Amino acid sequence: MKPARLPCLERAGLDGWMVRLFDDIEEHNLLWLTALAEACEAVFGDDLLDLVPSYTTLLVVFDPFRISPCEARQQLIEILDHLKPADAAASGALHELPTWYDPQTGPDLQRVAELSGLSVASVIEAHSSREYRVFALGFAPGFAFMGLLDPALNCPRLDTPRQKVPAGSVAIAGQQTAAYPMVTPGGWNLIGRTPARLFDRNRDGFSLLRVGDRVSFVPVDRATFEAQGGNTTPATGEVTK
Amino acid sequence: MRATNLIGFRVSRAGPLALLQDAGRFGVRHLGVTQGGPADLHAWAWANRLAGNPWGTAVLEVTFGGLELVAERDMTIALTGADLGIHHNLQTAPRWRTLAISAGDTLSFGTPVNGLRAYLAVAGGFRGDSVLGSVACVVREQLGGFDGQGNTLREGEMLTVNQPEATPANQTAPESEQRDYRHPTTLDLLPGAQIAAFNGRSLFEAFNAEWRVDQRADRMGVRLTGPRLQCAISTLVSEGISLGAVQVPPDGQPIALLNDRQTIGGYPRLGNLTPLAASRLAQCLPGQTLRFRAVGIDRALRHHRRFLQIFR
Repeated sequence: MKPARLPCLERAGLDGWMVRLFDDIEEHNLLWLTALAEACEAVFGDDLLDLVPSYTTLLVVFDPFRISPCEARQQLIEILDHLKPADAAASGALHELPTWYDPQTGPDLQRVAELSGLSVASVIEAHSSREYRVFALGFAPGFAFMGLLDPALNCPRLDTPRQKVPAGSVAIAGQQTAAYPMVTPGGWNLIGRTPARLFDRNRDGFSLLRVGDRVSFVPVDRATFEAQGGNTTPATGEVTK
Repeated sequence: MRATNLIGFRVSRAGPLALLQDAGRFGVRHLGVTQGGPADLHAWAWANRLAGNPWGTAVLEVTFGGLELVAERDMTIALTGADLGIHHNLQTAPRWRTLAISAGDTLSFGTPVNGLRAYLAVAGGFRGDSVLGSVACVVREQLGGFDGQGNTLREGEMLTVNQPEATPANQTAPESEQRDYRHPTTLDLLPGAQIAAFNGRSLFEAFNAEWRVDQRADRMGVRLTGPRLQCAISTLVSEGISLGAVQVPPDGQPIALLNDRQTIGGYPRLGNLTPLAASRLAQCLPGQTLRFRAVGIDRALRHHRRFLQIFR
């Protein structure tokens, strides 16, 4: 298909517009998406029900009783006319996630090493030496899709997802990395675990990570991991249906 | 809200799935938290109306049946949505109208007779533990419900209610609003941005073939089986998914996404069911058949606003 001219507005039901700003996943997108989300909050006010940012798009959900799709579209066109990217220096909180990289918490470390042709130590080094950006939250509350990974670590998802991935598991798949906020099924390669509480009822907004935040993984040993409340229960290496 | 915590019901038998639902959880989808709320907005809204409650009051959504409740006090209630073989003591419980019950009375849900989800509203509303601005119970996310932890009802649990401001007047929903869910239905679908990426034959089949509701159906989504739809796009970069989106994964079998769907996803979509079409789908049992009908935005919006006008 011929790429549509960007930005464009796509109908998403009778209460939403998908604002498509980009075709490709790039860090720079986040500055524009952040600015767009802020402008929507200011302009739509109480007519706004939800904003769902993702890699290249922002889904704008409004109250169809208060504002029609046609009116919402007009407002979005005006916002886009005047949109400027958010300030890169000021955007995105920085989080350092302590991570215990070990076969006990990362049963796929060996698989990743084999697929990438690196030693386990080099895999850990490659994963923990970068700063990542949060591109989107989804899949589960507080689950942050982060990137971009060192291309050497690019591994496909598991053929069969695990039924239960322990909370805090640090994982990679394709160009992305993530940490599981709660026990869920999951098909990513598990390489370690963080004691950080990624989704916590005692925190305002619950989620530690937000779209646009910067994240680095800091290797720690078992004693530090446990001292910070990390759960050492092994992840099942066995992949069950 | 009144401060007093009144016990409304005791759960004497827990069915497979009974969830507290207000209008849903809004303003938090950017955190990966789903919308929740009633799978059948239509029946939920009528339950509240007949119990004298404002829009958004928390109602019990009972799926499949099996639940049995004992009233701990005199209350005014309303039952709408599916006929799950519901008994008020020994008699068939009337649906789609205001009903007074007494302390000690039993409400017993059997199995689906007509539709899949019944709604029980109590005058004043059920009282749950609000999490992120809503009591909507989402089991997968462990959020909402009576305890805030996303649990379905358990045997022996006491259900708290609010004291109603006044005893609501006796009302019956107009017959045109009392739905029969047994017949094959036609669902209104607003075409979406990727519709042109489906080939001509697939588009013809999407709107002319009969689709069968699969066993794999829950509050996240309903899988449909029928002719295999082919789309030039196999996956997109993940993006936000709105209510009623009909996505088509590479196997060509559509999935209509409902209230507890994941917040983002990357399959191409035919478009979105209107909110009331999504509600209707949520009442379909596996094996039931349906069709899609493309609808324009003006007509869809008019229809939806007419519905909201009754309640808001």
